[in-house]
Amino acid sequence: MAYDKFNVLRSTAVPLPIENIDTDQLIPARFLKATERVGFGDNLFRDWRYNPDNTPKKDFVLNNPVYRGKILVGGKNFGSGSSREHAAWAVYDYGFRCVVSSFFADIFKNNCLNIGVLPVQVSAGFADKIFTTILANPDTELVVDLEAQTISISGTDEKESFDISPYKKHNMLNGFDDIDYLQSIKGEIEEFATKLPF
Amino acid sequence: MSKTLFDKVWDAHVVRQIEGGPDVLFIDRHLIHEVTSPVAFLGLKSRGTKVLYPERTFATADHNTPTINQHLPVTDPLSANQLAALESNSNEYGISHWGLGHQKNGIVHVVGPEYGITQPGSTIVCGDSHTSTHGAFGAIAFGIGTSEVEMVLATQCIMQPKAKKMRINVNGKLGLGVTPKDVALFIISKLTTSGATGYFVEYAGDVFENMTMEGRMTVCNLSIEMGARGGMIAPDETTINYVKGREFSPKGEAWEKALAYYKTLKTDEGAVFDKELTFDGASIEPMITYGTNPGMGIGISQDIPDAENVEGGIATYNKSLGYMGFSEGESMIGKKVDYVFVGSCTNGRIEDFRAFASIVKGKRKADGVTVWLVPGSHIVESQIKEEGLLDIFTEAGFTLRQPGCSACLAMNDDKIPAGKYAVSTSNRNFEGRQGPGSRTLLASPLVAAAAAVTGVVTDPRTLIEELV
Ligand code: SF4
Repeated sequence: MAYDKFNVLRSTAVPLPIENIDTDQLIPARFLKATERVGFGDNLFRDWRYNPDNTPKKDFVLNNPVYRGKILVGGKNFGSGSSREHAAWAVYDYGFRCVVSSFFADIFKNNCLNIGVLPVQVSAGFADKIFTTILANPDTELVVDLEAQTISISGTDEKESFDISPYKKHNMLNGFDDIDYLQSIKGEIEEFATKLPF
Repeated sequence: MSKTLFDKVWDAHVVRQIEGGPDVLFIDRHLIHEVTSPVAFLGLKSRGTKVLYPERTFATADHNTPTINQHLPVTDPLSANQLAALESNSNEYGISHWGLGHQKNGIVHVVGPEYGITQPGSTIVCGDSHTSTHGAFGAIAFGIGTSEVEMVLATQCIMQPKAKKMRINVNGKLGLGVTPKDVALFIISKLTTSGATGYFVEYAGDVFENMTMEGRMTVCNLSIEMGARGGMIAPDETTINYVKGREFSPKGEAWEKALAYYKTLKTDEGAVFDKELTFDGASIEPMITYGTNPGMGIGISQDIPDAENVEGGIATYNKSLGYMGFSEGESMIGKKVDYVFVGSCTNGRIEDFRAFASIVKGKRKADGVTVWLVPGSHIVESQIKEEGLLDIFTEAGFTLRQPGCSACLAMNDDKIPAGKYAVSTSNRNFEGRQGPGSRTLLASPLVAAAAAVTGVVTDPRTLIEELV
């Protein structure tokens, strides 16, 4: 489904410096029973965010009002595990438009790109700088500029470039998705299918 | 130019290459299930698009289904709703639907190969990360998200950049009690859960050549747990013998043609991999995990490593051990086990139940352990009965459940209670994966059997030696 265009995002960020955050933490399986894409944000990090009696866990970052914003900064190997796109939906639905990490699991990264959440992969050193700066001052804003492919920490000179394929960049800048593209070459696909040698 | 197996299959399916972008890859077979498909169908509806090739998609219900009393209506309204959505969507778009109670119903990655949907040299996707299982046949098979499920339904293609290539060689003779699951957990423990991210892995060497198809499926299944997109093994006689004559396998002239294609499916001499690793099969022990990701595994006789010897941050490591209730330097042997789960697309095939039976035969289920034996499909279930394994289980005090994903992801009622320890033959030991607060120890069916009859983590080799 088409999504909002992404251009420049300037926002405070939520730090979660834990490695190997897997998609079962992002959205536990028992919340995958919906047949529509609604309400997943409520269960983002469900078991880290709430006690079994549904009271918020005080020490979890999403329950700490000093940290907020549209950018989630996670530890290395973010989004490993299951292919559930629900994990990316939960991130989006909660209000994040960008996830920053020094390393992303493949499928999660792809899923984000397909729904309009920008995964920004930074160096380990830069990730550390972000964590240190935000933890010291939660009001620090990050600026993610998709056109320029840069991320910077405002109020400092810290800035880094990030990679994204030109195709995906074009899609995100314009809010296009892959199906729009594939449908435009349907004739070519059908022709290809008749020539498969097996 | 010399090509790898992966190159050959990938290149044969590229409809178009986009400058500075992904390849448009044609998908031969698409498997869907109730959890990750409903929103994809909603997308199709809102676009007003049909399914381009309904005969290339197969639907089975597995993630959310009960594993007892499958003849009764599903009581959880949300699960029932998902099952109904899969059925009505399949019917509306002309897709084969193997719903609950259907004789072909079972875990998507178990029934695909069983019915010959999985073919060497094909491209296969499914909205489930363990689609990598099908790579055992020399197919390119990987998990996709729901947007991509919609894409494949609408256009039979997805858009992906070609992955880098890695070859993992394991040679030598595997020791007593060492199964394909142990080989895979060993490799993951060496690579970590992100060690193969961005790669497609080819497994080579005599350990894999000598493996059965079921063993190869277990290994390829776990490729995703080291971050790989998928894993594959070149088809050989073992593969061809498995595929031949299955319901959806090519027949007659088509089979001859397919066979000629299958025989081309191997990495050429001199083909280059971006990364190559080699391990000695003889150095692998029965494995068990002690932490909260599949990379946190050790040989069963080893002690839990100290934080400084583990890759990854100390804070993350301590969080993980804290969750498990374990400490550095402890032995895994002798740890109390509350639950044993044998099943899933990793180890829910007949060979896994044979392995389990080989240890529990003539023994008794330990008191205080709850054991869930969940076949991957109805075929596996009937084999268990026909081969007399059920009698062995019954005599030892075990019962058999009905096919489904079950406690692998605990979407149905098969949940490990908070704080309890489960030795599990499935694929993920993430926090809460098998139920909120559950603590999972991943292991082979032999280690599961040893725990089921002793009530503690036990080296299965001690029980096998008893048998010899
Ligand atoms: S058994 Fe587990 S991993 Fe396999 S398909 Fe089911 S949920 Fe996915």
